[in-house]
Amino acid sequence: MTLRDLIDKLLRRQPASAGTAKQRLQLVLAHDRSDLNPELLEQMRREILEVVSRYVEIDMEEGDVSLATEDRVTALVANLPIRRARTPGEGGSGRSGENRPQPVSSPIRS
Amino acid sequence: MTAPSSRFILICSGKGGVGKTTLTANLGIALARQGARTAVLDADFGLRNLDLLLGLENRIVYTAQEVLAGSCRLEQALVKHKQQPNLALLPAGNPRMLEWLKPEDMRRIAAMVGEQFDYVLIDAPAGIEGGFRNAMAAAREAIVVTTPEVSAVRDADRVIGLLNSEGVKPIQLVLNRVRPKMMASQEMLAVDDVTDILALPLLGLVLEDEQVIVSTNRGEPLTLGEGGSPAARAYINVARRLRGEDVPLIDPSKERQGLRARIGRLMHTKIF
Repeated sequence: MTLRDLIDKLLRRQPASAGTAKQRLQLVLAHDRSDLNPELLEQMRREILEVVSRYVEIDMEEGDVSLATEDRVTALVANLPIRRARTPGEGGSGRSGENRPQPVSSPIRS
Repeated sequence: MTAPSSRFILICSGKGGVGKTTLTANLGIALARQGARTAVLDADFGLRNLDLLLGLENRIVYTAQEVLAGSCRLEQALVKHKQQPNLALLPAGNPRMLEWLKPEDMRRIAAMVGEQFDYVLIDAPAGIEGGFRNAMAAAREAIVVTTPEVSAVRDADRVIGLLNSEGVKPIQLVLNRVRPKMMASQEMLAVDDVTDILALPLLGLVLEDEQVIVSTNRGEPLTLGEGGSPAARAYINVARRLRGEDVPLIDPSKERQGLRARIGRLMHTKIF
């Protein structure tokens, strides 16, 4: 946080726009570079959640699949908080109980 | 007689109006003044403007199309700049003959020009369609021009994607119309934001400068004068860096002196 951000917050002013510009650009470029439109991404998100939820019980509300981009490489980042495994004792990482969200990321060629 | 060391440089941006043609004109003059034989090729033949910025609009008789068709010699089509004879302009085509040019034609004409010049600067049209692809076909390296605005950066990114897939490299960035005051108050994307997002090395940083408009009105690029204005200095430095000289980039935050500038810097120091 910068002094400017703090003053903006205290005065309840809109924050400086450069930060917003950067965030919006990063998001839109992640989509541009991967050629995935929001509809396809949403479909993919649903299917990924569906497959994962066959093995573990995940928090559908908290689950997040999105695109991130750095250095012209776009990555698909999934953050799926696992509640518990479907069948305890079966499957590699299927520990029961509260697990921390495990980010899984796989780079897409851009 | 071929000059194998000729450099074929595409100047492109994706978005229109960010200063591509102004850069081409000024860079052309600056390179010529530094002793390099330079040709500027206006590949934007639908809406050509390079002739106007160079003050050569009344001297165009032939274009690359007549050269390719064999109806005139290359020397007849090249328009030499009066004050700076090291610089010549070649319009790619005539707006009435739009359908004619193909990427292969651009490659041929650029190769012909390259026999006589050290630098061939190709001013690409805006967009990423056929005209841009023609222009790109003639290039080996590229300069992408953008301004610190979301739409210009987004379009630049599309163009960089195409250049990468065609194997054009190196690709370098010129950040145009920088306003130090707005950057200081964080109301404009920072230089590092743009270079990080586009992942390109910075070849030049040009401050917003009213003199650019004045010089455009006159048809006399700023680099033709004694280089007093900030933009003129920036263009001259772009030319020097292109020729391999190590010229440090300006720091926009240092461009402003006095109390207001110091407060501005204080305001965007990280406090926690």
